[in-house]
Amino acid sequence: MTNASPPPVRRLPLDGTEATVVATGEQPTVAMPAGTAPGAPSFVSAPRRRIASAPLAIDRMQVEQLSIAYGSKLAVREVSLPIRQGEVLALIGPSGCGKTTLLRSLNRLTELTKTASMKGRVLLDGEDIATLEPTALRRRVTMVFQQPNPFPMSVFDNVAYVLREQAARRPRRAALQGAVRSALERAGLYDEVAGDLSHPALRLSGGQQQRLCIARALAADPEVLLLDEPCSALDPQSTQVIEQLIVALREQVAIVIVTHNLQQAYRIADRVAFMYLGEMVELGPAEQVFGAPREARTKEYVSGGFG
Amino acid sequence: MSDVARSSALATSGGRNPGSAPRRSARDSSASWRWSDRVGLAFAWLLGLLFLAATAAIVLYMMVQGIRFVRPELFVTSPAAGVSEAASGGFLDPLLGTVIVAVMAMAIAFPLGLAIGVWLSEFGNPSWLARVTESTIEMLAGSPSIVFALFGTLIFEQGALAFLSRTNDGVVYGRSFFAAAAMLSLIALPLIVANVREGLQAIPGHVREASYAVGKTRITTTRRVLLPAARPSVVTGAMLGVGRIIGDTAIIVILLGATLRFTSAGDVPLLGTLKGTGSTLTTFVYANAPTGDVNQPHKAFAAGFVLLSMVLLLNFAVDVAARRGRRWR
Repeated sequence: MTNASPPPVRRLPLDGTEATVVATGEQPTVAMPAGTAPGAPSFVSAPRRRIASAPLAIDRMQVEQLSIAYGSKLAVREVSLPIRQGEVLALIGPSGCGKTTLLRSLNRLTELTKTASMKGRVLLDGEDIATLEPTALRRRVTMVFQQPNPFPMSVFDNVAYVLREQAARRPRRAALQGAVRSALERAGLYDEVAGDLSHPALRLSGGQQQRLCIARALAADPEVLLLDEPCSALDPQSTQVIEQLIVALREQVAIVIVTHNLQQAYRIADRVAFMYLGEMVELGPAEQVFGAPREARTKEYVSGGFG
Repeated sequence: MSDVARSSALATSGGRNPGSAPRRSARDSSASWRWSDRVGLAFAWLLGLLFLAATAAIVLYMMVQGIRFVRPELFVTSPAAGVSEAASGGFLDPLLGTVIVAVMAMAIAFPLGLAIGVWLSEFGNPSWLARVTESTIEMLAGSPSIVFALFGTLIFEQGALAFLSRTNDGVVYGRSFFAAAAMLSLIALPLIVANVREGLQAIPGHVREASYAVGKTRITTTRRVLLPAARPSVVTGAMLGVGRIIGDTAIIVILLGATLRFTSAGDVPLLGTLKGTGSTLTTFVYANAPTGDVNQPHKAFAAGFVLLSMVLLLNFAVDVAARRGRRWR
């Protein structure tokens, strides 16, 4: 990442004309590159980080008729979708559409909210996650948050914390060296911090902190990695690094990412699920959801009509 | 009133300086404020400067007087009954007494306060019990220490607690380091609980969740992530607690006896001292002040100087502790 050229600026139409044009079904006034359906957002021909589909995709999780309510308010309505290793699944939709709730329910973090209740099931490698011990489940389905949140300890200890049994201080540093290193390498952070692994994690830059959080999440050797808007607090340069990382990681681990940034979803996702008011409106390959959405609401949303 | 003139000049002068940073603009505009707001601002400045002056006067006066009268031998000689300043010894016993009650009371208050603070912030279940605990702690914080002292005599004069103080023909004396420390811990407790709790609650929720999200339990998260992150607040609470303990007089007079020297109860060396009576710097100052029984103001100033230095040092340590540690955005 030494002298990468800045990513090209991709604008969403801001004057609103295109959205209304799309809504009335007329020909778009903006010239569309060949091969994309009329009405597709302007970034649908932009370069993608994902060059081709991963050679092999394995089903890891299966969400079946999942509904989640906070008190009497339904946040997620009967959502079903598969989550596959080898693919990046992006959840998109306007604020409050339930995408973060859906994400958090995958490792039962929703249970921390007292009023939350759940219907339906989620299978992880064929097992119902409700039957698993939450701590065991959360080591298999780890999560990275919107704000970088390294723990107040050294870079090394941040990763080692995950590898050790609960609050234990063993195994000792020396025994964990290899595992910590491999997690940092997979998160693309090792070269930058190798010189001083005892550096306090909170003194790293924002982008480095977020990659440390990814390293931490990878250290448990999870089957599924959940990312909740991992780049929204970062600068474009760090965002680019993390996006490349996500695309590279999808072969080792199934990735689900929640994002508000449609261009980002387009750049990195293999499949995109569009959610609106708790429902999953559309699920399909990124090219299709952005280029030729089946549902009118999806079309309107991805072209900047609302949200 | 020159202060007012100076302060309002200070407040408005920034506006005429074209080179001042844009951040100052809020204050610069006071030239265009309504007159009532400007009077308010001047009043606030006046009060601030008054309090500053009062504090500075107290500290400086005590420092000057203290340095005049404090002598190294005062620290190593026990007080003695004597009519002149020269014959009445030093304040070794009160100084040690201060240290002993501080250590003993904190030994009770710190673990208890830490546990209550963690429980209130991280568990708090059932919620009615948390609410009751909270208001109890608030009540402790608001009670005058003399009330604890009286309550302490009531408790420690019970026959069942005779092993904690001197007994004479079956009469339990009820005054000892144990009794004083137990009650002093109650005045430090609310400060520790409040600071631990605040420190924990200042940690963003997503940091907790990040720890849960890699399979850690609530207890592990608290021990390994939250308490280290809240350490500055925990230390602040402990320091403030110590400050209150060493500054208290009422409990010492009533429950420690405020005797001239340590008066041991029993023959076991350390235990005997702790079961016996003694005094601290506060009661020493009290007795030596012109209104006290001993009336040797030079000693009072010297001891007061030492006490004030200890408290200032603690405050400085609090500042250092509070400034350390980095936060999440």
